[in-house]
Amino acid sequence: MKNKRVVAYAEWIIRWRWLVIFLSLVSVAAMITGFSKMDFKSDYRIFFSKDNPQLLAFEDMQDTYSKSDNVLFVITPKNGDVFTPDTLETLQWLTEEAWQTPLSTRVDSITNFQYTYADGDELIVEDLVQQPSSLSKQDLQRIGDIAISEPLLVNRLIAEDKGTTAVNVTVEVPDDPQTAEEKQAVMVIANFARELAQKVEQRNPNLEVRLTGMVMMNVSFPEATIKDLSTLLPIMAFIVVPVFMWFMVRSTSGVITSVLLNLFSILGAWGLFFYLGGYLSGPAMSTPIVILTMGVADAVHILVTFLQQMRRGDSKQQAMVESLRLNMQPIFLTSITTIIGFLSMNASDVPPLHDFGNIVAIGVGLAFIYSVTFLPALLMVMPVKVRSKEPKAYHWMDNLGDWVIAKRKVLLPSFALLSVGVIAFIPNNELNDEFVKYFSKEVPFRADTDYTSEHLTGIYNVFVSVKTGKANGISEPEYLKAVDDFSQVAETWSEVRHVETITDIMKRLNKNMHADDPEWYRLPERKDLAAQYLLLYEMSLPQGLDLTNQINLDKSSVRVGLTLYNLSSNELLVLEDRIYDWFNNNAPQYELDVASSNMMFAHIGERNIKSSLSGTLIALVLISLILMFALRSFKLGMLSLIPNLLPAALAFGLWGMLVSNVGMGLSVVVGMTLGIVVDDTVHFLSKYLRARREKNLSPQDAVRYAFQTVGMALTVTTIVLVAGFYIMTLSTFTMNSEMGMMTAMTIAIALIVDFLLLPPLLIKLEEKQHEKATTDSELAESTAS
Amino acid sequence: MKKLLLTLSLLSLLPLNSLAETAEEKGLAIAKEAEQRNTGWNNSKAKMVMKLISKSGDTSSRQIRVQSLEVENDGDKSLTIFDEPKDVEGTAFLSFSHAQRPDEQWLYLPALKRVKRISSSNKSGPFMGSEFSFEDLSSFELEKYDYKYLHDDEVDGKPVYVVESYPTYEHSGYTRLVNYIDQKEYRILKTEYYDRKNALLKTLVNSEYKLYLDDYWRAHKMEMQNHQKGKATILTWSDYEFQTGVDERDFSKNALKRIR
Repeated sequence: MKNKRVVAYAEWIIRWRWLVIFLSLVSVAAMITGFSKMDFKSDYRIFFSKDNPQLLAFEDMQDTYSKSDNVLFVITPKNGDVFTPDTLETLQWLTEEAWQTPLSTRVDSITNFQYTYADGDELIVEDLVQQPSSLSKQDLQRIGDIAISEPLLVNRLIAEDKGTTAVNVTVEVPDDPQTAEEKQAVMVIANFARELAQKVEQRNPNLEVRLTGMVMMNVSFPEATIKDLSTLLPIMAFIVVPVFMWFMVRSTSGVITSVLLNLFSILGAWGLFFYLGGYLSGPAMSTPIVILTMGVADAVHILVTFLQQMRRGDSKQQAMVESLRLNMQPIFLTSITTIIGFLSMNASDVPPLHDFGNIVAIGVGLAFIYSVTFLPALLMVMPVKVRSKEPKAYHWMDNLGDWVIAKRKVLLPSFALLSVGVIAFIPNNELNDEFVKYFSKEVPFRADTDYTSEHLTGIYNVFVSVKTGKANGISEPEYLKAVDDFSQVAETWSEVRHVETITDIMKRLNKNMHADDPEWYRLPERKDLAAQYLLLYEMSLPQGLDLTNQINLDKSSVRVGLTLYNLSSNELLVLEDRIYDWFNNNAPQYELDVASSNMMFAHIGERNIKSSLSGTLIALVLISLILMFALRSFKLGMLSLIPNLLPAALAFGLWGMLVSNVGMGLSVVVGMTLGIVVDDTVHFLSKYLRARREKNLSPQDAVRYAFQTVGMALTVTTIVLVAGFYIMTLSTFTMNSEMGMMTAMTIAIALIVDFLLLPPLLIKLEEKQHEKATTDSELAESTAS
Repeated sequence: MKKLLLTLSLLSLLPLNSLAETAEEKGLAIAKEAEQRNTGWNNSKAKMVMKLISKSGDTSSRQIRVQSLEVENDGDKSLTIFDEPKDVEGTAFLSFSHAQRPDEQWLYLPALKRVKRISSSNKSGPFMGSEFSFEDLSSFELEKYDYKYLHDDEVDGKPVYVVESYPTYEHSGYTRLVNYIDQKEYRILKTEYYDRKNALLKTLVNSEYKLYLDDYWRAHKMEMQNHQKGKATILTWSDYEFQTGVDERDFSKNALKRIR
């Protein structure tokens, strides 16, 4: 009945092949128009959902104090000394030129630092470096010493060894870019900075210039992914896939049709995604490779049967009808489970991962549709040559089947033991999301940032907002003392590289106001004096600077900025706790906010795992139900849980052994791979069942039959899947490369489980059921693992 | 002779529209006229409330009093006394502004009971954390800028000259200002400030002008919007008094301590 409908459908496709081809082309063209809505975002905040508590805390802090997007020019003189007239002259030139940076509001360097000192009753505020060419050796020494003893400069804009310096450009990037111009703001700024950096090196060949800062990071997200797309996708589409297809089908027409089919699916998925308002992001950029990988599997199944039938003497039409009859349901089933698996990524707390899942889900859906419409129709109008012999490799599987059946009594317990051993390493995995490490070392931003943290300052920071709750409350001596105590303690913490605190400025002003007497480098003891110092300081700030980067508008809160060494997420969370503990123990009367962009990343791993878990569970339940329904067996449906879940568990165990750092991309792998690995199980179990039910074979012979019929197909599709996901590991984007590595591992393990563990399990289960004699203790033991 | 007189009188009726005038000359002429009309007030006193508005809409207010002394052929002298917040009450700031040299500044901190001279070439920094910089608030002097008349326009229905000014002080924070000067009274109704990269930084709108001593217009509301940072400052002036009997001696370092 069902078969009849599929046959009628297949005949219809063949009769109307030109129409089907035409409609396919029209539909792809229609979807491609979605590219006109193509959009991108260069902002790390896309990784956070709008209600993410750490994002809200950080945005709240940015509203209260001024926002700080920046470009940092890191400058290293080859002669190792910043304080030479030439270098200072270039620095001064760069400082001046950098004001031309689009959307810049402030440029800070050691040359334009507003050096304040007292001369009797006179308070002099001037640029730290003036007319570098006229400076004597002593002057240079003196200026250098001032710079490295100034808390606002040292370990921020000048290294303690005077070997590296920086020019910081603060930019005001639109919060919620709407127009094309606003969206490109980050790129325009970055390009300006790059050109300026080149000019500096041309002007003064003694200098090396590197670029880091928030803007450079934000711009690196789209740049790195576009680079990936332009290098990795061609490898996959024009080398791996054709070679693999050729190996499987040995037919030029077959290779061409499957490449076209996948191209359509990829373009269509992206077009639809843009129609739905999607935008380009790092993770989404690897979807073409995944769609390609998944689409190949559909094409392979149809082509292999089609060519097999032709080899047996069928006409093209007959062969295609038979191929669709045999493959329609399995392909539909595996597509559905794959789609469910990828859709489960929507439960994640990381919006770009939703996009990743949704694009692939659309692509897999399209690949299914085009494999049963466009692919057969096109094959009907293309010349198909068939070689008489089947590839030899098809017979290797028979031997493997025999071996597994013979060794099943050893395989089952040893596999179970091995699994327990590997799974025991899962707790070794440690959540870690360091945004600098999202980029591989080949990305200039990563290399420059690593250099910067080694030689000058950290890119990671944490802001601590200490609130009095009273307008002008920050001038209270008790409060200032608490902030100062905290700042001094924080300075001693091994994770902390630099502390920016208003209390340093207070102390310096107190000293300045007492004729630079070092005795007076301490906090003012009266509230009104402190307030008046603040007013004095406020009146002396240069253009583009105000107190709001450290003090809120009504002067009720102060923000202390800690610049950190490169910390893992866990270390950062520990630091966060320590900050709260310090205030609880020493100044519990003040309310506290702790936030920063890397604090957001530190929390995202844990949040994401929790949210992804629910998605994975839903996918698991749905997929298991589909399996039970498709196999018409509750028992086998339950049994299939083992080969479906064990691979991910083993992969995470291996990861725990070998790598142990888990970033936000990995938490979705379980749900995602579930939809893929289940395909192997479906194919193997359905062939096994057919042998048992239709051919009345014994469990052993049914296993043998399954190996013969789908063993090779599963092996080769696994190879292409592993190859596809392995190509993702070449990504310059760690999130993609880790996801690719973990998925490749999971899929490879899944095949091993299907071949070495599933058959012995099946035989064990079915023999027992058949003979109702043996105990099931052994099985219970192995399933419990 | 008669003809010449006629021509002259016609010219005086249309002082700014003579035929051979360049845009620069016309700009300068407008600026001269504006300065001319604001000369002779001698000294003044007023109260001011400064309201700071953050990007997210939070506000904070300060109250100050300002005394000004007109100085011929140089920038005016001004004395600013802080009344609120309470912690800075009595703090006084004396400034002698100059067109092309650094201003001279003294600050008296009552908690320290000391006057400090502040030497800085910087005029582009913010005044009291507001969106007004020192150079925005110091008196208008002809030689502070070079000028160029752009075109006529209207602001709130009033015909205005649009004149571009280019700061002559080397440490100015601006490349140029665009002033909208009303044609009848030569009051600046609006100013746009362009930063060092020639991008629009701020817009100042002056309103609620009142006439004093029959000659001198003073805006009672000055709203400065910073377009790049999304912040704003509103100055509200009140209790203007003119010719209050103060002189040079009241604008000296020694007078600062006596201020209450």
